[in-house]
Amino acid sequence: MKKNRYIRQTTLKGFGVEGQQKLAAAKVLVVGAGGLGVPVLSYLNAMGVGKIGVMDNDTVSIANLHRQVLYGQGDVGESKVIAALEKLKEQNNDSNIVVYNTFLEPKNALAIIADYDLVVDTSDNFPTRYLVNDACVILNKPFVYGALHGYEGQVSVFNYKGGPTYRCLFPNMPKEHEVPNCNEHGVLGIIPGIIGNLQALEAIKVIAGIGEVLSGRLLLFNGLDQSYQKINFKQQPENLEIVALQEYYEWHDPCAVIQTVTADKIQSLMTENAQIIDVRTAEEFENYHLSNAIHIPLDSLENSSGKINFSIPVYILCQSGKRSEIAVKQLREKHPESTLFSILGGLNQYLATCS
Amino acid sequence: MKVLLFGIAKDIVGSSQLQFSEVVPKTVLELKQLISKTYPKFGELSSLAVAVNSEYAKDDVPLNRNDEIAIIPPVSGG
Repeated sequence: MKKNRYIRQTTLKGFGVEGQQKLAAAKVLVVGAGGLGVPVLSYLNAMGVGKIGVMDNDTVSIANLHRQVLYGQGDVGESKVIAALEKLKEQNNDSNIVVYNTFLEPKNALAIIADYDLVVDTSDNFPTRYLVNDACVILNKPFVYGALHGYEGQVSVFNYKGGPTYRCLFPNMPKEHEVPNCNEHGVLGIIPGIIGNLQALEAIKVIAGIGEVLSGRLLLFNGLDQSYQKINFKQQPENLEIVALQEYYEWHDPCAVIQTVTADKIQSLMTENAQIIDVRTAEEFENYHLSNAIHIPLDSLENSSGKINFSIPVYILCQSGKRSEIAVKQLREKHPESTLFSILGGLNQYLATCS
Repeated sequence: MKVLLFGIAKDIVGSSQLQFSEVVPKTVLELKQLISKTYPKFGELSSLAVAVNSEYAKDDVPLNRNDEIAIIPPVSGG
């Protein structure tokens, strides 16, 4: 630690050398290097937090610059974490910055967060926020929450010393498109700056053990009238009972881009003698089926998947294309390497247009 | 009864505040239903935190004429 660098903090009553030492020993993960992440990163780094993890998988775009003031025009197109690393090292080369050029996902969340004392959720979407919450509950780590909507913002500290969590306020994720994000709704550049700085302040308070941490209280900020309101809320014990992450947090399974072929391909698939699996019921199959289709009803797919040759492409067929999608999802779990197609529109489409 | 609206709830209602003086809902749930009647899109919100006099309140919490209520949808922007 360079002499005098933090002298204005170490001379501050109530913070002092002790507070500074706590910052130097602290390990903080910042999830998201965007509008909220930038002020959090800038201040934690400037103030002397020892280890800072920066996580993002996005690149800097020109439309980010009005609020993500760490980045400049020359960074457009550059990875956010790489650009941030460069600026933060220039700002303070004492700190240990670890970059994660990835988004937080169920498969990496626990391993990464385990290395830190505190998480700052500066993400911009609900799936990540719920994932941060659940991972922090499982690992018993506090996290500083901040989020915004238009001219308003919310700040709180969750899971702090057994205190309430994000799910104690909002038990379940809202439906997709129910609440617009910044990209859809717009954002005034300064607002994430204010909310992010409030988050940075809470992070510093948690680390240094000063003041009253915003735990069990939700701060509501409105930039248009400069009003701050606080709502008290209590812990709901069931929200501390999370033992494992959900398999996925997206509204749609991120791997759920289901490969499809259109029903007009059925004729050529039959000519090629391709592997077509018909997942309709026995009755439907008896009623009508393609000459070379293999019949495995959807409800016995799991037990009968031995009938499928996964080393060649698998084309799944049903009446309308719905069950075949479900079948693809089911099979993909156990056979992730296989090539699975759902036939769009199913037999209905084929019979209506192609036969 | 003063109802403060935040986030998407404010956008739906088109104002940051609602007043109830004649018909006063008896519970948080009734208040939500009342707002939904006038603003059907409000009724579609599946996740809302409600605070009565700055204390988080579940649907069954009773309301009084002089209460100040805050309706706080989750926000995700960052």
